[in-house]
Amino acid sequence: METKKLTCIVCPMGCPLEVTLEGGNILSVTGNTCPRGEKYAREECTHPTRVLTSTVKVTGGVRPVCPVKTSAPIPKELLFQAMEEIRGISAAAPVAIGQQIAADLCGAGISLIATAGIEKGRKL
Amino acid sequence: MPYDVAVIGGGVTGAMILRELARYQLKAILLEKEDDVVMGATKANSAIVHAGFDAEPGTKKARFNVEGNALMEQTAKELSVPFERNGSLVLAFTEEDLDTLGALKQRGEQNGVPGLEILTPEQVWEKEPGISREIKGALWAPTGGIVCPYELALGAIENAMDNGAALLTNFPAEETRDNGEFFTIRSGNETVEARFLVNAAGVYADEIARMLGDNSFTITPRRGEYLLLDKTQGKLVKSTIFQPPTKMGKGVLVTPTVDGNLLTGPTSENIEDKEDTSTTAAGLDKVQSLARKSVPGINYRMTITSFTGLRACSSTGDFVIEPSESAPRLIHAAGIESPGLTSAPAIARAVVKHLEEAGLVLAENPEFDPIRKPFPKFREMTEEERAELAAGDPAFGRIVCRCEMITEGEILAAIRRNPPARSVDAVKRRARAGMGRCQGGFCGPQVVEILARELRIPMDEVTKSGGKSKMLTGKTR
Amino acid sequence: MKQTDLVIIGGGPAGMAAAIAAYDQGAQDLLILDREPQLGGILEQCIHNGFGLHRFKEELTGPEYAARFAEQVEKRNIPYLLDTMALSLETAASGEKIVTAVNPREGYLKIRAKAVVLAMGCRERPRGALNIAGTRPAGIYTAGAAQKFVNMKGEMPGKRAVILGSGDIGLIMARRMTLEGAKVEAVCELMPYSGGLTRNIVQCLEDFGIPLKLSHTVVKIHGKERVEGVIIAAVGPDKRPIPGTEELIPCDTLLLSVGLIPENELSKEAGVELDPVTNGAVVDECRQTSIPGVFACGNVLHVHDLVDYVSEEAEIAGKQAALYIQSQAPAGKVFPVSGKDGVRYVVPQLVHQNAKPFALYFRVGDVYKNVRIVVECEGKVLLSRKKQKAAPGEMETLLLKEEHTAKITGPLTVRLEKEGD
Repeated sequence: METKKLTCIVCPMGCPLEVTLEGGNILSVTGNTCPRGEKYAREECTHPTRVLTSTVKVTGGVRPVCPVKTSAPIPKELLFQAMEEIRGISAAAPVAIGQQIAADLCGAGISLIATAGIEKGRKL
Repeated sequence: MPYDVAVIGGGVTGAMILRELARYQLKAILLEKEDDVVMGATKANSAIVHAGFDAEPGTKKARFNVEGNALMEQTAKELSVPFERNGSLVLAFTEEDLDTLGALKQRGEQNGVPGLEILTPEQVWEKEPGISREIKGALWAPTGGIVCPYELALGAIENAMDNGAALLTNFPAEETRDNGEFFTIRSGNETVEARFLVNAAGVYADEIARMLGDNSFTITPRRGEYLLLDKTQGKLVKSTIFQPPTKMGKGVLVTPTVDGNLLTGPTSENIEDKEDTSTTAAGLDKVQSLARKSVPGINYRMTITSFTGLRACSSTGDFVIEPSESAPRLIHAAGIESPGLTSAPAIARAVVKHLEEAGLVLAENPEFDPIRKPFPKFREMTEEERAELAAGDPAFGRIVCRCEMITEGEILAAIRRNPPARSVDAVKRRARAGMGRCQGGFCGPQVVEILARELRIPMDEVTKSGGKSKMLTGKTR
Repeated sequence: MKQTDLVIIGGGPAGMAAAIAAYDQGAQDLLILDREPQLGGILEQCIHNGFGLHRFKEELTGPEYAARFAEQVEKRNIPYLLDTMALSLETAASGEKIVTAVNPREGYLKIRAKAVVLAMGCRERPRGALNIAGTRPAGIYTAGAAQKFVNMKGEMPGKRAVILGSGDIGLIMARRMTLEGAKVEAVCELMPYSGGLTRNIVQCLEDFGIPLKLSHTVVKIHGKERVEGVIIAAVGPDKRPIPGTEELIPCDTLLLSVGLIPENELSKEAGVELDPVTNGAVVDECRQTSIPGVFACGNVLHVHDLVDYVSEEAEIAGKQAALYIQSQAPAGKVFPVSGKDGVRYVVPQLVHQNAKPFALYFRVGDVYKNVRIVVECEGKVLLSRKKQKAAPGEMETLLLKEEHTAKITGPLTVRLEKEGD
């Protein structure tokens, strides 16, 4: 039996969680003050995921880069691989907020979404 | 064709000499080893125009101090540089100090300093309520003043350049030879030839002299650490507050600056390394405790920045302003420590006189215009002036530096006017962008962008102060 | 001279929310001024997610959160001037406010208004205030300046960094720089606890194995042209470096995340009374400052931890500014509100005797566990609430309902009590 200490990040409360595992199976989660905490602890111990935010190159826009995010959390171990892919992506201005910039990042079935609009024009 | 005169060193001394030379029909060039002028002691000193009571009567320091002080008003006016005669006080904390003040007063009178007066503590507090209650009296010198040293030097260089003088930066003199007719100064693969040479190389002046066989003096850098405070502290005192001098200098002072900040320092420590302008924890602590001895209410939480200046102290103990014994067409303007800033306009005249005596023909330049067009300062303008400026040029309608209220127009002026700014720090010294309380936190990225655009280089080629001081390390995408 | 009922200085989250609330309260002749080329303020460069959990019950990125409000501004056709820097605020003898501003299109502007909302945000504390010894080479940035370079300009400020201060922007930049291929050697924090949100410590440092060195500071910077390294040292309880603990970390970048200061130069010159603890205006529960008709909200009033609370506070200021214009501002006796026993500050600092229900925002001065927050008025306990954990990095809020506000008869105090005391 082993115990793993985590800090819950679902909300700003930051509850200190303690997960008891046996052979990879979760026996119990304590320290959480809401069910989201337990869910987080279970996921974090089995398949941790993160929303990745970054920027992609923009051509012909008022800014050289456009902020983006993954449409859903991606497996934590794919973060750097996703960054590699993002470095190769470019979008042409105008870019609209919410616009899909790339589909199927890392073959994980998750797309890349623009989180700001970038107008066409000379750089400010 | 060789130049008539080359001046080595773009500090305030070299700057004033260059401008003095521009009054005549001759070809003059200023050689500067750094990416920008004013990078040595000129950008890191007490910014004081001394009254002239410190120096021993009969020394060059005494003579040029008093002469320079008298010339400063007109020089600053012609160059459109703010200068304020705010007066200075030397505080006495003990009975012995009072004796020192008496001696200083006597010395000052011998040097020809007008208006010196010993004040009672009550008279001092009435003038300066922020001063320590521990004092026993003070020496008041009404002719003491303040000026921004690099603004003064930049103004002089701009005025000289606009009147035909030349400037070469990134040109450290690596080898200097004299063939009896002209000097050849080499830097890397480039050479400059000049019939006459002026050595205003600051802490390196002894090395320049040595290249031409002159070992008559050595220069020791004397480190002085300073703390510059926010404008909220700038009103703690009106005049410049000294402590009684020691053999290592004039002690730690507390002074307002012409820009409204408070400057405190310097420490005083002889060092070997002519490039070591780092600050030390001990030095900064010392400045704080000594400055608080004079003005207890200083809030050092309002510090904007700390810096170190290296005074060029000559082994002769005095300024070295004379023709070289080994090369008579070489005039030294060396060992210019305090009161060098004050003395600069007078030193410049003396150096030009030495050049004439050495054979340089001085024919007045009828085109010479002594007036430098004022540098635009949005923050100091009236509403009407601001409205007019912003209506005429949209760049003056865009505030880049919020803390100091600096417009894009001023940053462009810094880059486009002589001597042109090529780095973030050079822009800061000319236009004050990034000089305020946030120290470039907001405007830094924008200044880098404007520099890149104006110099037609990528953003990641922009430097903080030339050389390898790149601000950025490459594009993300 | 332009004329409008309400001028809002700042078009970030505070300014936009104030404008929308004022408009919806009937003050429809208004104008937002913002110095940037777009609305949104600092959120435009905060491209990470985690905004809006409290308000929208979903995780948005900074620009997305800002866009929600910008949309509402557009929907109401609320006018705004961009690239416009407000230079001064004066009160005429008539009580009217005069705002001067400048922009590249219209030049120098004067705007007359009945009321003004201050929403200028805050700035970062620079190196100077820390007095770090050493050289002054390229490569020293505030975390926010680095964030602007990376996220807005697409430029990297360095490849190998040490971060001083564990404020949220510093933590966020530790992750951002790491994802962009830089190596973040360490985050040093002077205090024995972090000034940032717990989730940022987990997601920005622990995820990437970046060490957080508590009770450590940078004592010296090395490098002539570009930063070549920094010396860090452990500090004692007096926050002074402990001799013998110095350690050189080679790096080319030092990022500073050592605190935020409300940007109140304009307010100060206008004569607005400031609170020396928050560095923001002293306000009543309507967010009205010491100058009648001048309101303040968001990070210019006090530094918030979550933008959600900025929006909430800005709505109060906007609504109350509208009521002031409509001559419906609350009147009557005003009592001071203050913090003690571990409560470092409370906003608002003043409250009307007949105040409507409102929230107290405050911060504690240290890390506390199992405490009780007690709100008292003339010896009576109005409200008390248990709190498992309270830390300086997180702003606390406490809602005073009708049953509590009805009992306000004098000065209010907010204090901490150890549970079981």
